[in-house]
Amino acid sequence: MKVSFVVNGTPRTVDVPADMPLLWVLRDVLDLKGTKYGCGVSQCGACTVHVNGAPTRSCVLPAPAAQGASITTIEGLSADGTHALQRAWEELDVPQCGYCQAGQLMSAAALLSRTSKPTDADIDAAMNGNLCRCATYSRIREGIHRAATIAANNE
Amino acid sequence: MDHNDSATAGLARRDFLRVTALAGGGLLIGTWLDFEAVGVLQASETFGAADFAPNAFIRITPSGAVTIIAKNPEIGQGIKTMLPMLIAEELDVPWESITIEQAMSDPSKYGSQFAGGSTATPNNWEPLRRAGAAGRQMLVTAAAQTLGVPEAELTTGGGAVHHHASRRRLGYGELVATAATLAAPDLESVKLKDPKDFRIIGRPIGGVDNHKVVTGQPLFGIDITVPGMLYAVFEKSPVFGGKVASANLDEVKSFPGVRHAFVVDGGTQLNGLLGGVAIVADSWWAARSARQRLRVTWAEHPTAAQSTTSFSAKAAEYFASAPRRSLRNDGDVNAAFTGGTVVEATYEYPFLAHATLEPMNCTAHYSDGKLEIWAPTQNPQSGRQLVATTMGIAPEDIAIHIVRSGGGFGRRLANDYMVEAAWIARQAGAPVKLLWTREDDIQHDFYRPAGFHKLRGAVDANGKLTAWQNHFVTFGEGEGYAPSAQLSAVEFPAMFVPNFSLGVSTMPLGVPTGFLRAPGSNALAFVFQSFIDELAHAAKKDPVEFRRELLARFTPPPPPSGEQRGPVPMNAERMRGVLDLVAEKSGWGTRTLPRGTGMGVGFHFSHRGYFAEVVQVTVSRAGELEIDKVWAAGDVGSQ
Repeated sequence: MKVSFVVNGTPRTVDVPADMPLLWVLRDVLDLKGTKYGCGVSQCGACTVHVNGAPTRSCVLPAPAAQGASITTIEGLSADGTHALQRAWEELDVPQCGYCQAGQLMSAAALLSRTSKPTDADIDAAMNGNLCRCATYSRIREGIHRAATIAANNE
Repeated sequence: MDHNDSATAGLARRDFLRVTALAGGGLLIGTWLDFEAVGVLQASETFGAADFAPNAFIRITPSGAVTIIAKNPEIGQGIKTMLPMLIAEELDVPWESITIEQAMSDPSKYGSQFAGGSTATPNNWEPLRRAGAAGRQMLVTAAAQTLGVPEAELTTGGGAVHHHASRRRLGYGELVATAATLAAPDLESVKLKDPKDFRIIGRPIGGVDNHKVVTGQPLFGIDITVPGMLYAVFEKSPVFGGKVASANLDEVKSFPGVRHAFVVDGGTQLNGLLGGVAIVADSWWAARSARQRLRVTWAEHPTAAQSTTSFSAKAAEYFASAPRRSLRNDGDVNAAFTGGTVVEATYEYPFLAHATLEPMNCTAHYSDGKLEIWAPTQNPQSGRQLVATTMGIAPEDIAIHIVRSGGGFGRRLANDYMVEAAWIARQAGAPVKLLWTREDDIQHDFYRPAGFHKLRGAVDANGKLTAWQNHFVTFGEGEGYAPSAQLSAVEFPAMFVPNFSLGVSTMPLGVPTGFLRAPGSNALAFVFQSFIDELAHAAKKDPVEFRRELLARFTPPPPPSGEQRGPVPMNAERMRGVLDLVAEKSGWGTRTLPRGTGMGVGFHFSHRGYFAEVVQVTVSRAGELEIDKVWAAGDVGSQ
């Protein structure tokens, strides 16, 4: 079926099976490979994107459910890779294998958009659904704090 | 692999430099690195051969652009960053100025390309520095000839050779044409930097692909796209190694988007191509959806009756009598058990899946008798051999791109998914990306083997550990072990307890097992350190002090006979160092903790690394454990 939405600011219309999750539309129809498949059952967070600003597990969201929505993926987090989180992630060498990081960054970005100066508890609560098999959690937390500082200081 | 065998002292090496003038005037500096790696690389076929090979690591263009080739698979351990650092350091080029390129699998050029056993740093530390230093040496010689000055008056830095006396500077690019005509220096005699002059090594440097990671650029195996590519799923038997008796292929083929559905007969080796049903479609979602309709009848398989319950029952049966085989017997354990306080305990641990976050996947294209493969793998050369043998294709007709893996942890040392992708692509007659589901990934892993230990220990009236007896029940047949299911006879606390015995009994296993990071150690540290704690309590000793006393009692083994090289033994002094440090940093024995909160300690030696940890844990009223804090001290310094 035909589904229309806005992806990273660009209107897109795709013709896909009605049960096709947004994840596979993004990856295999729109060729946006940054969003990752980890579990397919909303348990790991690797597929996290923003749907109308809310962090959403794209692996279990049928594409038609996103009809008319505004979707942001890791590729659209910033125009040039300079979102405060992206800068903080590089500065602190957060990624290990890197596979979960797109989902981590999208969850973190949603957190910072509503809480500009999160506490450790805020971070733990917001990031709880994003697994990192390499266990980079402490650097992720540090990265979010650093990004908050970068954003606050307009660094 | 025995995890201790991987910690092998020294490497025999013969190096030869090879220099090639490139078309267009560039310079390619390579070395023949001849590793005679022992231990990990010879202990298991899974790891592939430590082939002798020529290597080409540095490319310099006349414009001065320097490219360094990263030879090993990147699985998140940072090796694509770290190995080029070694070369760049000695070549004396600014880190920020170089381009790093992932090598394809080509043992004839790069030697061993392998991610496992914590071997990359010790194996490459000096050879790759020498490769970089040889490049620098040739550029200095070329500059000396060009400027007509002695080499001793020249220095390097910033990607250039400098003659300070005459204030002249020649960029590396300006020197490549001359350098390419020079005879290669003897690699063993090239001068290496004094570590105090390091500008790159020892500096925190971020992963070279971090920017791609944080901006979501295609990077991993799952991201590979090839023109005309189809997508595949592959259903295998729930009984490992089971074959397809029948399947409703026609119904599956009628599903929208499905191009092919076929049975793969497969073989009998658990680490090879196993039987199953492949579904190939226009999209992965279509293949995966069609699979929901797939109904397979599996043929009977002899290991179908194996279960966790049957393994535990067999272990209990073995524990009722003496071990089938003795692996070590020091002193007189039985005599020692007649005195002092005797503690008995049984420890067991389960099979574990690696659960890399990126599920197994591989892309393959078969055309005109040749295969091109894009594989997130820790062991490409072994994969090539597997594919060649299984499919009857000459190894030289198989090209393998080493693609970044979304986690490895030892899982991708096996290349089952590679041979599946290659087989399916050939039969489908199109490039195919095979992607497993998460469920496939958990169900068809090469698991950390389960294990069972019946332990007895004795402490004397002074609280000294006098006897240690371990009956280890594991998997294997005859004298052989299932992969990663063995236990070294020198594993701590062997040689630290005067009366020590280790015996083993094995049972057959139809479950694929393999290496999960720090193979062996991840189970043994839990078992042995926990039991040491039980003994410390029986001895009424502080657990740190009890361990200090234990470490002070090392009895060195007799030197190995002939040319046999054993594993690097644990150095008790270094372990004492990390134990003391973690005790100090955690305030061991000096803290007043609330009721329900306590601290525990453990240490372990593995893969040449020394670690001690203290954990503070709180037990809730409901009996749940919460970890409040962990202190870790590690020593992975040169040795």
